[in-house]
Amino acid sequence: MALKRKLALVNLSTGEIDIQEISRELREKYIGGRGLDIYLLYTHLKPGTDPLSAGNVCCISAGILGGTPASASARTHIMAKSPLTGLLGSANMGGFFAPELRYAGFDHLVITGASKTPVYLWIHNGEIEIRDASHLWGQDTFDTQEAICEELDDPEIKSMAIGVAGENLVRFANVVTSHKNAAGRTGMGAVLGSKNLKAVAVRGTMDIGIAKPEETIEYNRKVIKRIVSTKFAQIMQKWGTMFIYGVTNSTGLIRTRNFQENQLDNSEMIECEEIEKHAEGTAGCFGCQIHCRHRYVIKDGKYAGTYDEGPEYTTQGAFGAEIGCRDFGTILYGNHLVNKLGMDTLEIGSMISWAMELYEKGIITKKDTKGLALEFGNEEAAIEMTRQIAHREGFGDILADGPKGAIKRLPKEAAKYCIHVKGLSNLHSDERPTPSLALGIATGSRGSDHLRSRPALDLYHLPEPLLRKIYGYPVPYDGPLTSDYHDYEGKPWMVMWQEMVYMAVDCVGVCKYHTVFLSPSMPSFDEFSKWLELIAGIELTPLQVWEVAERAYNLERLFNIREGLTRDDDWLVDRYFDEKTTRGLDVAANRCISRPKFKKMIDKYYTHHGWDNKGNPKKETLKRLDIEDLVS
Amino acid sequence: MSKMIIIDQAACTGCRQCELVCSVKHNGSANPARARISIVKWEREGFYLPMLCQQCREPACAAVCPKGALSRDDENDLVVWDEDRCIGCKMCVMACPFGAMSVDTRTGKVFKCDQCDGDPTCVAFCEAGALKYVESTTANLTKKRAHGARFSEIMRTT
Repeated sequence: MALKRKLALVNLSTGEIDIQEISRELREKYIGGRGLDIYLLYTHLKPGTDPLSAGNVCCISAGILGGTPASASARTHIMAKSPLTGLLGSANMGGFFAPELRYAGFDHLVITGASKTPVYLWIHNGEIEIRDASHLWGQDTFDTQEAICEELDDPEIKSMAIGVAGENLVRFANVVTSHKNAAGRTGMGAVLGSKNLKAVAVRGTMDIGIAKPEETIEYNRKVIKRIVSTKFAQIMQKWGTMFIYGVTNSTGLIRTRNFQENQLDNSEMIECEEIEKHAEGTAGCFGCQIHCRHRYVIKDGKYAGTYDEGPEYTTQGAFGAEIGCRDFGTILYGNHLVNKLGMDTLEIGSMISWAMELYEKGIITKKDTKGLALEFGNEEAAIEMTRQIAHREGFGDILADGPKGAIKRLPKEAAKYCIHVKGLSNLHSDERPTPSLALGIATGSRGSDHLRSRPALDLYHLPEPLLRKIYGYPVPYDGPLTSDYHDYEGKPWMVMWQEMVYMAVDCVGVCKYHTVFLSPSMPSFDEFSKWLELIAGIELTPLQVWEVAERAYNLERLFNIREGLTRDDDWLVDRYFDEKTTRGLDVAANRCISRPKFKKMIDKYYTHHGWDNKGNPKKETLKRLDIEDLVS
Repeated sequence: MSKMIIIDQAACTGCRQCELVCSVKHNGSANPARARISIVKWEREGFYLPMLCQQCREPACAAVCPKGALSRDDENDLVVWDEDRCIGCKMCVMACPFGAMSVDTRTGKVFKCDQCDGDPTCVAFCEAGALKYVESTTANLTKKRAHGARFSEIMRTT
């Protein structure tokens, strides 16, 4: 049964491994995945711990539906205190790792301590072994995974690995499994690097019993038919997230040249259609019908012959629009490079484009960059800087510290040009015309991010009755809701609703593209509830699933508060308020965020959450969610 | 009329949904190790190939089975097996050139694809269209047409 999967506490300092059952009570309160991770992190981590010390706790998990026929039940979650933000570190990835972890008998790993020498974990059919990884240290993420398969003589082993960036404690190093699946954000790769943990390898052949198998097959056939019938799925199947670029760029909803413009002209050559020449087909994560990434071989130019998967919208920004480049080959190669070296593509794009603006403004010079011309449009410099960051060479060593760390090491005036929230860089989207999206990045529990609370549906101008249907369930809501994405009213509720649906989908371990993110017709609380009943044998109503999400989200908030978060951290950098957008269609041009209106939005957002005006969860909220005992 | 599961390798996205639903349908549990179909992958080249029983006319598995547990069902163009007769000797596992015979460690006996009695679950869930259940006599038509299209294009444009 899904409920039989275990929790393993692995202490890398002592080598002790303690395997435990996960109680039904914990399951009903947190379900699994990200929800149970925050409970484990909150209860195991000593407040104030240095994120790169042995004291940090790293939670790795599969959702409770992982590896079962719920659609795209492929997601792995990783959580620890972030070396990038000093707050909650939390990242999620697809691929095949989480299902294999479950077939090997486990749902949750809690890794504490640090090994003196490089090691990797070998997890197979209920057993866990700590193995030497000295020979793997220095290898890239692909070679590491392959070497483990060879060493253990099984090509079906699934591993997650850090690259040289993680080894070098680049504060936005990520964890990669297979080619491009990355737990990208908040520097989880640096946490593994600090523990000398090069990889986690899993292989399992154990059954996950399905509570009601026949009904599961029947129900999922219908759900999947609905998923693939949506326009969103059909576009994603063909182009992946790259389709977004053409729309957002032509509207004026992206940031280019760091944050100086909101549209890159003449950039058709980095739109999704360009992939056709290089693509050899698409690839899906475990059990996914959307298969949103391409398998490609770069066909021409200096990077010809390189194989990888992707790229995504984020990388069109990172190695394209953000740095003012229009070379698709660089985007394809940049994607390959970050996967191989193990770094967050988003953070790379933001750090390099920030450095380019500093270079343009003369705040840094060739002397700082050791002769590298960090100019907008210089794609070769971007590729070189990516390499330098991973190896902590030259100026790359400063950028490798991420927004908070690099600001401390650069001239004072550099800070105002850095586009981040809580120390996590913003996506290359420009939220000045869209207050709802701006609120989402300002308040997100892991810092600025588009995958934790973004009400992307707001961009569609959906009719109000449809919005009411979506956002008024499973918790009734009769406040304002408008179809105009320029409005400030009603948006705080949309942000909170999205926080809950994304938390719930991260608890069950299904992909966000299979929930209400970019399509209103995707699975939501009803489907989560039904899957839990049919597959895992847990009866939770849609409203109870929401309550689990709310409980876990509040615990993330409590974690951040315990690490020093205040209301001031739920805010945007000044440029969002002081500089108006310069380009784009009327809906996007000449716009910025209003400080007083934004402040009111945050007040309202806190009210919806049951938090006081400082952003602290009220006692009655904690009592209602039955987590008051966790606050001392 | 006999039918067969035909594989369009190029359409496979490697998601392994087929393995998953196969194991749930036959065993009531999710476990690709007990599925009757497997996606074999060369990850670094991005090459994925679904592998399952080819329902051979002259099955090597049946030829080596000492108990006659494996046999041809010509009417349905299947290689069928009788679990009760199986003694778990695994000779068929050795003999099958495609790796289509699997061992169930719980029972000690072997198992193979039975095409779900005419409604293969893997095919029903393969949205990528890499698996199709078609009349054996017309299984080659798609490829014929695809290749013919090239010829037709050349003839019409020259």
